[in-house]
Amino acid sequence: MTVETTKLSIWAFANPTRFMGFANKAIPMLAIIAIALSAIGLWMSFNAPEDYQQGYTVLIMFIHVPTAWLAMMTYSVMSLSAIGTIVWRHPLADVSLRSAAPLGAMFTFLALATGSLWGKPMWGTWWEWDARMTSVLVLLIIYLGLIALSKAFDEPSEAALPLAVMTLTGFAIIPIIKFSVDWWNTLHQPASVSRFDRPAMGPEFLYPLLIMAFAYMAIFFTLHMMAMRNEILARRIRTMKMSAARKHSAKGAT
Amino acid sequence: MLALLKREILLSIRAGGGALTGVLFFLAVVSVFPFAVGPDTKLLSHLAPAILWIGALLASLLGLDRLFAQEREDGSLDLLVMQSHPLALTIFVKALAHWVMTGLPLVIATPLFGIMLNLSPLGIGATMITLLAGTPAISFIGAVGAAVSVKLPRGGMLISVLVLPLVIPILIFGVAAITGALEEPAPFTAPFLFVCAITLFTSVLGPLAASIMLRHSAD
Amino acid sequence: MKLIVENLGLNRASEEIVKDISFELSAGEALIITGENGSGKSTTLRGIAGLLPLNSGAIKLLDENGKQFEGQPREYCHYLGHQNGMKTALTVRENLDFWQKFCGEPDLTIEEALEEVDLSHTIDLPFSYLSAGMKRRVTIARLLVSDRPIWILDEPTAGLDAQSVKMFTALCQAFCESGGILIAATHLPLGIETEKTLEIKASN
Repeated sequence: MTVETTKLSIWAFANPTRFMGFANKAIPMLAIIAIALSAIGLWMSFNAPEDYQQGYTVLIMFIHVPTAWLAMMTYSVMSLSAIGTIVWRHPLADVSLRSAAPLGAMFTFLALATGSLWGKPMWGTWWEWDARMTSVLVLLIIYLGLIALSKAFDEPSEAALPLAVMTLTGFAIIPIIKFSVDWWNTLHQPASVSRFDRPAMGPEFLYPLLIMAFAYMAIFFTLHMMAMRNEILARRIRTMKMSAARKHSAKGAT
Repeated sequence: MLALLKREILLSIRAGGGALTGVLFFLAVVSVFPFAVGPDTKLLSHLAPAILWIGALLASLLGLDRLFAQEREDGSLDLLVMQSHPLALTIFVKALAHWVMTGLPLVIATPLFGIMLNLSPLGIGATMITLLAGTPAISFIGAVGAAVSVKLPRGGMLISVLVLPLVIPILIFGVAAITGALEEPAPFTAPFLFVCAITLFTSVLGPLAASIMLRHSAD
Repeated sequence: MKLIVENLGLNRASEEIVKDISFELSAGEALIITGENGSGKSTTLRGIAGLLPLNSGAIKLLDENGKQFEGQPREYCHYLGHQNGMKTALTVRENLDFWQKFCGEPDLTIEEALEEVDLSHTIDLPFSYLSAGMKRRVTIARLLVSDRPIWILDEPTAGLDAQSVKMFTALCQAFCESGGILIAATHLPLGIETEKTLEIKASN
């Protein structure tokens, strides 16, 4: 029958100063890695042989497929951050979750947009209610909903727990959504759409694809860290403004 | 907990006939469809399962924003949270009461709307069973949406945006089960069991997630 | 029974508002918390009632042998906050009946409790028909229908007239005499014999 906590004040515990120091060093390095990997990946992609079926349009794959992977990876990063918020109440976890959401939405949107560009020459239509595109569309709606939730609170620290709980609830349900959409798709469109995936991908396609995936990951971590840095600075400014307002009114009272 | 169920249902009846409003909303949604797609009875009977499910889905979202926000405004939430009962159980009962007052009346009203949409008796039966099994899941997931937006003065729209994508599986399997009952090659049992499974899963997940939220939401 | 609060620290919107509050109360004792507006009286009470996560410190409830009670301290508390926690669409009886059943451990019947706050005639009226002072008295009756050893009261006398305040003080006195622990934030002392006071100063 005790309630005991040993948590320190929110900023002392998070030690954002240490994070900021780390971020300031890590961001340029990550950025260099991202640029280098992108350059190598793109060069390899452009030198990949033309596909005998898809011709030149196969190049879109190197741009498109990693965005879809990143869309999912970002949600995993957000879910891990959500656990950090719920279990340890770590403010950095909240900063990470909040900063990752727009990036996730961006990758998801890019996956849809590039998929649509690929779909036009392949299917002859910009949009197909294909199982994957539909799942990714649902993921985009979930991302946008989470962003809306994070913006709905006046006080950023109040949004932390709602955001974490909703993210994890989504994490638990997303596999079911994925499964149900696949199921729905086979029910309504029995294999009429030509599939991209072939039984085995040749190394001439696989290597550039993997390099591009790593390049995207490096881009994500660079942007994520920059967004976190911005978020921390924004909160510091907010705290300073609030304490300035209080000091001013205290002077006025005396 | 029975006392809580009784109070919730009593409140919903007293405060502007909650159950009736839900059914009216359902009627309104169902009756605008023929205006949009035309009075072709064949087409309507083909679309009927989808129309009824979408109507039920939207009607079930009604009142979710008040589920905890109202309790918070009048101070009841503090007292609900303080007790020794597991908070998830309290939330489960509240979500259940929400379903009893919104989802269940829709199930009961389904035959009437089914006839209006030229749905066969078998189709009406299948729709009622799938709605009965599936709509509780909307209330359970909705409880999470209601909990995370408990402090927001106008959370209604946000709850819908958060909850609708998460209930897509229920819609897919619910409508698929009805189609399965009506058209020969498609199965009924498999999608129906998926609906039941999702409802059971969310009946645990929803109250648990909402309780994490409400336990620490006090200010 | 003994309630021990050690080095309580509480946050509100990521700012530490309450720091280092410690006190001990034995059965039959009352603590009056005073302080300016915004000094953190309500925050302290909500922290003790288990409604806010503790930033630091501990709350313990011990029995005569120094053993901790089972479960969380909040489960042994009645909390009376700024809001009444009553539904305007329900009658007084329905409201009290619900809280009695939900909180468990029934003490006085609803009729007896309303007798204590002199509102027997309103038992079947909807809660919304009552005046602000009467609503508060019904809320006080809520404390009587379930038996809880600790009362946590935040501005309990807000909206009460002089006579009702006197009646309420008598109820608090009786509660303490029967071995209850009472913690209240008020501007005026309640006049309970075993009363201690704690003044909270704004931390910044």
